[in-house]
Amino acid sequence: MSFMDYFRRKQPTASVAKERLQIIVAHQRQQRNAPDWLPSLQADVLAAIRKYVAVDDNAIDFQMEQGDGCEVLELNVTLPEKALAG
Amino acid sequence: MSKIVVVTSGKGGVGKTTTSAAFATGLAMKGYKTAVIDFDVGLRNLDLIMGCERRVVYDFVNVINGEATLRQALIKDKRIENLYVLAASQTRDKDALSQEGVKKVLDDLKADGFDFIICDSPAGIEKGAHLAMFYADEALVVTNPEVSSVRDSDRILGLLSSKTHRAANDEPCIKEHLVLTRYAPHRVETGEMLSVEDVQDILAIPLLGVIPESTAVLNASNQGAPVILDNESDAGQAYDDLIERFLGNSVDFRFIDNKKKGFFGRMFGS
Repeated sequence: MSFMDYFRRKQPTASVAKERLQIIVAHQRQQRNAPDWLPSLQADVLAAIRKYVAVDDNAIDFQMEQGDGCEVLELNVTLPEKALAG
Repeated sequence: MSKIVVVTSGKGGVGKTTTSAAFATGLAMKGYKTAVIDFDVGLRNLDLIMGCERRVVYDFVNVINGEATLRQALIKDKRIENLYVLAASQTRDKDALSQEGVKKVLDDLKADGFDFIICDSPAGIEKGAHLAMFYADEALVVTNPEVSSVRDSDRILGLLSSKTHRAANDEPCIKEHLVLTRYAPHRVETGEMLSVEDVQDILAIPLLGVIPESTAVLNASNQGAPVILDNESDAGQAYDDLIERFLGNSVDFRFIDNKKKGFFGRMFGS
């Protein structure tokens, strides 16, 4: 580090990198343990819902969780506001 | 007993081939009969790093297709006894490697009494990378302290635990080792670079070696002499430590702390 750098010291960025990585890696690992059929199930469910309500691709969130001796498939669908009004 | 070790990373340009060359050379220097195989079909480069590019007559795909014997295709290193290179083919045919073909070559190397077979994986997660890891007993996961490299290494760890021969046959898991390359302790100290501990926290696999960012690596590749042959260099010594740890000896980590600069260095240095 040279003399001038003392006057324009930048914000350290490694901690930001670590935080971002922890989040993305946790997400990747969740998908890693998921069964192979999950993406196609997700597509089918999305198609079924779309027959009735117009929702975006990211309005559906699937989570597979493993508990004591059981697996839970959690499905969250965020409906657009208009859908409820009608 | 032969051991198959894959050197892999997911991301390109992080030091897989440099690590494969140094690792294989170092093992041979310690007296183990070692072969290093380039799995990057179409983009052969290990031969250049090993300095045997003008001696490639037959390659990996020639052996698989029965156009040459393994003995004809193995290039014996001129500097180190017990060290052999099997070059990748320059064919553009992506399907040139087959699972059965790879298995046959690995089995033949085992039968030939090789102690270590090092598989230098291509970048990515396509067929070449898949086949390089498929029959491995252990894996060196080469990672730079940088977000995209760490993320890709995590993807590779997922594949190592699911898409390999050991995983498919419910055998013990592949033993995974973290190799952190291009490490710059002074940048870690200023908070600009992920530290060894940060990367270990995220990937959660045992650390085998930390190779510092070093001018010796480019000098080595320029000359086609694996960096471990430069035993004066920091990177060469770091690879030597890594191999000692791989062989089960406990060696302290070097080159991970910033050397303090003197007053003049701090005021006027870069």
